Amino acid sequence: MAQHAERTSPEIEFPIGIGINNRGADIRAAEVDRAQRKHSVWGITAEFDETEPILNAARAARREGYTRMDAYTPMPVEGLSDAIGYRNKQMPALMFCGGLFGCSLGYFIQWYSLGYSYALNHGGRPYHSWPNFIVITFECTILFTALTGVFGMLILNGLPTLYHPMFGVEGFERHSQDRFFLTIEARDKNFDFEKTLAFMRSMGALRVDVVEK
Amino acid sequence: MAVITPREISRRLPSPVVDADETFDVVGKGNTLATVTQKVSDAVLRDRLRPGWVAFLLFALLLLGVMAVAVVGIVVMGVGLWGINNSVGWGFDIINFVWWIGIGHAGTLISAILLLVHQNWRTSINRFAEAMTIFAVFCAGLFVLSHVGRHQYAYWLFPLPNSMGMWPQFRSPLEWDVFAVSTYATVSILFWYVGLIPDLATLRDRAVRPLVKKAYGIASLGWRGSNQHWHRYMAVYLILAGISTPLVLSVHSTISFDFAFSQVPGWHATVFPPYFVAGALVGGFAMVLILAIPLREIFNLKDLITMRHLENCAKILVCTTIFVSYGYAMEAWTAYYSGSIDERFMAWNRAFGPYGWSYWSLLFCNMVMPQLLWFRKIRTNLVWLYFISVVLSIGMWLERWVIIVVSLTRTMLPSTWHGYTPTGWDWAQYIGTFGLFLTCFLLFCRVLPVIAMAEMRELVHHEMHHGAHAHGHGDAEPNGGFSGSDPSVTPAHA
Repeated sequence: MAQHAERTSPEIEFPIGIGINNRGADIRAAEVDRAQRKHSVWGITAEFDETEPILNAARAARREGYTRMDAYTPMPVEGLSDAIGYRNKQMPALMFCGGLFGCSLGYFIQWYSLGYSYALNHGGRPYHSWPNFIVITFECTILFTALTGVFGMLILNGLPTLYHPMFGVEGFERHSQDRFFLTIEARDKNFDFEKTLAFMRSMGALRVDVVEK
Repeated sequence: MAVITPREISRRLPSPVVDADETFDVVGKGNTLATVTQKVSDAVLRDRLRPGWVAFLLFALLLLGVMAVAVVGIVVMGVGLWGINNSVGWGFDIINFVWWIGIGHAGTLISAILLLVHQNWRTSINRFAEAMTIFAVFCAGLFVLSHVGRHQYAYWLFPLPNSMGMWPQFRSPLEWDVFAVSTYATVSILFWYVGLIPDLATLRDRAVRPLVKKAYGIASLGWRGSNQHWHRYMAVYLILAGISTPLVLSVHSTISFDFAFSQVPGWHATVFPPYFVAGALVGGFAMVLILAIPLREIFNLKDLITMRHLENCAKILVCTTIFVSYGYAMEAWTAYYSGSIDERFMAWNRAFGPYGWSYWSLLFCNMVMPQLLWFRKIRTNLVWLYFISVVLSIGMWLERWVIIVVSLTRTMLPSTWHGYTPTGWDWAQYIGTFGLFLTCFLLFCRVLPVIAMAEMRELVHHEMHHGAHAHGHGDAEPNGGFSGSDPSVTPAHA
């Protein structure tokens, strides 16, 4: 916006010859500028220093119809997912499946090896002596639940990642210390650079910044 | 008629004499998100290399060298270097294995069980307690790996398909142990690392030197504290805590099965699983105190690891030593009530046999000494607390000595009776594992945050807004758009 204003304001700065009656070129330049910016903007972020304002901002943004937004906070903030309208129940289901797999695998290995592949008579026990198999089955369940949980969480979160547009924001290093960032992303269907910027500025943030791609 | 609440009683008790900078709050007053972050991360990033730390590390490395010699000796020459013999086949190797892994269990109790029961005081001690768990499991693993004898075949413990068409003996508690301990090690490392990711991101963001920044950047996997990430992260973290709870109980129960499933008098008892778990917690919490007391002094973390934490650990010690005392009583009672001559002789032999000194020392260390912790003045006196923790660690070691060695020296057949004397190699490996443990721990203190900063920020934030008047306010209202919308109101609340 600032650049736009600069281009159109004091005509006196233009060199003689291009001058006063060259409005059409200026408007075209502004359009090109806006189009370029649209492509280079990833989102608009607002920085807060407390949880309450960011929760309110998130709720307000949701009321405005924004859906593609995310917060970057130094710790999990209670109620923030609700405020943003983010719902996700993948992890428990995924971990349950991982646990079920581990449970089956643990039991299967014991049942197959001691019952069929390498059947030995151990103190007169039946080959399929299930009470003996409980401990290892249990441990395998836990092991695979944990492995699925941790690696599933990392993969679904897109980690490890080398770069993210938010890292380009000035002062973003405080997101992991004491500042809370709310970002409305440009891919949101309601995203309009000027309107969204104005909206974010009205949220009482410490600072509003444009996130470049 | 006034209702006397426990809070009221504790208020009426004489307050103990402590230094001016000590506090009984969960977090020292005046801490904010920024101060917590700064205090913990500066210990890693800004602190100069202290000569004390370097000297301690050199000492630890010396012990590590002793361990290296001991392990190489065992691998090259075999377990004949140890003091074990045909009758006493399990000596220092198994004693120390059980001792070390028991120490680890306190870390999991703090990080998982206390999380599930909303004991938020655990937050500041959970990171280094988890680190303690992992390093203790390393030490324990070293003993079992070296005790297998033919080390080149150690992988046979795992069910790997092979050309011989053989499988491990899955019906044996020893094989269960392989699974329990390796699962425990893996899950503990995962749990620890997941907890570390946001803190590594903090270190990345606060680091100044480019190389350091890069190293923490890689380790933090590009964490950016996104709400979507936290959402999945918290789900996983909570479930990990949920599954670690039965896991930690199963691990020491399984270790107790190594004994209880056999028929050796003194081992074959149903009280073993809970008795072993309680014993593990005694050893573990004693070690937490042994590490925490110097740690908070050296790194100036007195208002994060406060007297409240130390006192709570002491209370847990009182509780768990009562459990183990019950275990000792039950062992003696079972021996008497079984009517078996071998079991009765075992109980007599423990107290009055050639190793009677160890039994009485054990009872003194684990039953008598912890009773001092009932007194608040002793609980809050750091010298006493440290001393009692060391005594309890020794006591827990003696407990394993009594159970393992003293039981094996005199079993059912008198012609197989044989004494046991540890050799220098036994001692070298035991002392050497302290080197491994200390080296790992000292390096951990220098390169990783000893306190979980993200969790601490959550706690401090909660204390700032709800701590002082939690009762009047109810919980955090998710829709509290009225009271909390104006930032100028918030400081007045806090």
